Amino acid sequence: MRVNGKTVPLEQEQTLLAFLTAGRYDSRTIAVERNGVIVPKAEYESTMLADEDALEIVRFVGGG
Amino acid sequence: MKIEVNGKQRTLDCRTAFEARARLGGESDIVVLNGFQIDSDHLLAENDTLTIIRKGAMPGREELESMMMARHTPAVHSKLKQGKVAIAGLGGLGSNIAIMLARIGVGQLLLVDFDIVEPSNLNRQSYYIRHLGMPKTLALQGQLTEINPFVRVETRPVRVEAANVAALFAGCDILCEAFDRPDAKAMLVNTALAELPGVKVVAASGMAGFASANAIRTSRPMGRLYVCGDRETGAAVGTGLMAPRVQICAGHQANMVLRLLLGLEDI
Repeated sequence: MRVNGKTVPLEQEQTLLAFLTAGRYDSRTIAVERNGVIVPKAEYESTMLADEDALEIVRFVGGG
Repeated sequence: MKIEVNGKQRTLDCRTAFEARARLGGESDIVVLNGFQIDSDHLLAENDTLTIIRKGAMPGREELESMMMARHTPAVHSKLKQGKVAIAGLGGLGSNIAIMLARIGVGQLLLVDFDIVEPSNLNRQSYYIRHLGMPKTLALQGQLTEINPFVRVETRPVRVEAANVAALFAGCDILCEAFDRPDAKAMLVNTALAELPGVKVVAASGMAGFASANAIRTSRPMGRLYVCGDRETGAAVGTGLMAPRVQICAGHQANMVLRLLLGLEDI
């Protein structure tokens, strides 16, 4: 699977939420695009990842 | 030949810019030719843009707008004038973005913030002592009117939530995410990208403290999402927000808005 332009091995079948949790992403402060389409937060848990997926994960930090 | 002089198309039989000044103005008037203030005479060519400004004189409203935009690259003004840009959050990023977009003559600005100006804002946000206690929307609108009265400014003193994003920002060309809190930033970006198909989002992440200014950059992680900042330095206990990096980041956002309004999508 491609994540932010880098190839990462997808070791087992998993949901997007499980992948994000394992990567220590806080789902409240990120935006995720899967194959060019934004994934609504409500669908993180029901989205199954596949080897051919490309994810773009943007993490926001505070300040403005 | 046809020359645009102070915003009006005219036919002039002058060979040079200074001949035109002698004909239309006075010897000490400032002359701006195609976006550049000239000190020595230049030949004129068909369709040049010439602005002749009498120092210290208050021009009429029609002439004023062309004089204000005289230092723009020619043909930029009309594109910017058609632009509609929304700014969500009028803090260190949003207030400074709004000032820049007004200076460059973006046609319509929508300013959204529920908050009032307070003392801890003044270290980086475009407000003055006299604004303390005022809604940020009104305090900023007043400044923009003084800078460029030709910009149409709309204000919404409301809190932006997932439920009102589509209604607030539908019809905008570009939405600037200029919030402080990371969850609010993510909420706005997620909702806007999902619910507003034509809108481009210019967001910010990572401008706290006083690390190198050069770490702040513009990136385009998604097709319609641009993110400005160093992407890592968040505001936190012990890491404050200071005017220079916040304004640098606001400048990145404003410049990306400018590029997008001119049809340039790459960073």
